[in-house]
Amino acid sequence: MIAELLAKSIRLFSGVQARWIGCKPDSTQRVYFANHTSNLDFLMLWSILPREARRTVRPVAASDYWQKGRIRFFLANSVFRGVLIERQKVTRSNNPLTALVAILKAGESLIIFPEGGRTTDPEMKPFKSGLYYLGRAMPTVDLVPVYIDNASRILPKGEFLPIPLICSVIVGRPIRVQPAESKDAFLIRARTAIENCSRA
Amino acid sequence: MHGLDFRLRAMVGGVFALLIVASIIGHILKLRTKSDNGREVVQNLNARIRAWWVMAIIFFVAIAIGRIASLLLFAAVSFLALREYITLTPTQRGDHRALFWAFFVITPLQYLLIGIRWYGLFSIFIPVYAYLLVPIRNVIAGDCREFLARTSKIQWGLMVCVYFVSYAPALLSLKIHGYQGESGELLFFLVAVVQFSDVLQYVFGKCFGRHPIAPEVSPNKTVEGFVGGLSSAVLVGTLLWWITPFTPWQAAIMSLIIALMGFWGGLVMSAIKRDRGVKDYGTSIPGHGGIMDRIDSLCFAAPIFFHLTRYYFT
Repeated sequence: MIAELLAKSIRLFSGVQARWIGCKPDSTQRVYFANHTSNLDFLMLWSILPREARRTVRPVAASDYWQKGRIRFFLANSVFRGVLIERQKVTRSNNPLTALVAILKAGESLIIFPEGGRTTDPEMKPFKSGLYYLGRAMPTVDLVPVYIDNASRILPKGEFLPIPLICSVIVGRPIRVQPAESKDAFLIRARTAIENCSRA
Repeated sequence: MHGLDFRLRAMVGGVFALLIVASIIGHILKLRTKSDNGREVVQNLNARIRAWWVMAIIFFVAIAIGRIASLLLFAAVSFLALREYITLTPTQRGDHRALFWAFFVITPLQYLLIGIRWYGLFSIFIPVYAYLLVPIRNVIAGDCREFLARTSKIQWGLMVCVYFVSYAPALLSLKIHGYQGESGELLFFLVAVVQFSDVLQYVFGKCFGRHPIAPEVSPNKTVEGFVGGLSSAVLVGTLLWWITPFTPWQAAIMSLIIALMGFWGGLVMSAIKRDRGVKDYGTSIPGHGGIMDRIDSLCFAAPIFFHLTRYYFT
């Protein structure tokens, strides 16, 4: 309920424009991966998904950030059903991948930001390898590149008051990990897929 | 009161009659046009006409409710126009707080000042106070890169999207000798002349346009469109003299000034679009582009019309 309300207000506030250039807006199981410049990124991407898809798509977020403070914790857990993963001290027992694969096996979708954190540069940071292992573990799930434009101007990292600009979200053509593809080659291909959306 | 009601009804009736005629012509053209190129133009024309219906209804509802409703409508228009303008303007991280002030403090305050009829302050609030606040807030943010360019972009946005636009509903606060101007006739006069001029420049340009008037800036604007559009706008404005405090001659001169300022406004705002490499400011009005594409001429015409009227008629 709160989530729907937030999605509505963010659409009104920033007039999010969605452009689906590589696939159709439906509730097929997918892993959406996007560039990350603002705390609003997830909300922007989430708000353009069809209502059906919003029910089954879960954001992957850093537990060190989202477990700080009550509001963050409440938003991440109760409102958006976020999957909080450890990004600092990853061990065999808390390997975030296990949780993510379990969610995909249960038929739900994911939103992940493979840069591993928000960037303030115009260029994306190099991708973390999680996306690759996810694609290896679930080879039949589409990995969908998404470029989110202007979110960093609406709410830059370190600011808490948003300004109302028009944001566009561009959804590209799904990719999958090829059988013989190396980790580095795939991660570069995935990054390029987002860059291509930004130019489209 | 009866006289005012009659004028309002006449304005609504006149505009809707024109829109009905336009819709019928649009429909006939749709049936008749066969070529792909022509189809696209007609489709865009029909989208424009449909959007005109919506805009006219919103405008008349606001005018009919009264001064406060009209102020709120134009405040919303300013807010959305500023949003389009800033989206298109490459602002930097260091501008964030100044922009927050622009959207959420300066814009509402400007309309509040008009709402309480504080002419002395609303007429200088943005050119003096906001103009100074923007560089101060930016200098506190500490980023010096392209300081002048960044600051001026925000100042321009506030002047064009907020300050100039706000002069349109400010007309409702003018006290004119022997004329009851609360029900929006002057505002209607301004908006009608500006928009007629725009529409007829488009129509004359499409039908007879041969010689581009400013090929570097706006390839669609032609000498034929300019002459045809402006003279019809003056004709329409003159015929509307009876809803204004003007004599027919005065109405004609006012219309000419409004249409000329509107033409230049459209041209200036086009230059900004051209520089940014886009065709429209947005996509919020089907067929027209963004809000800013629709009100660019109004921005330039409103303050001049307001001050001329205030100087000579109050």
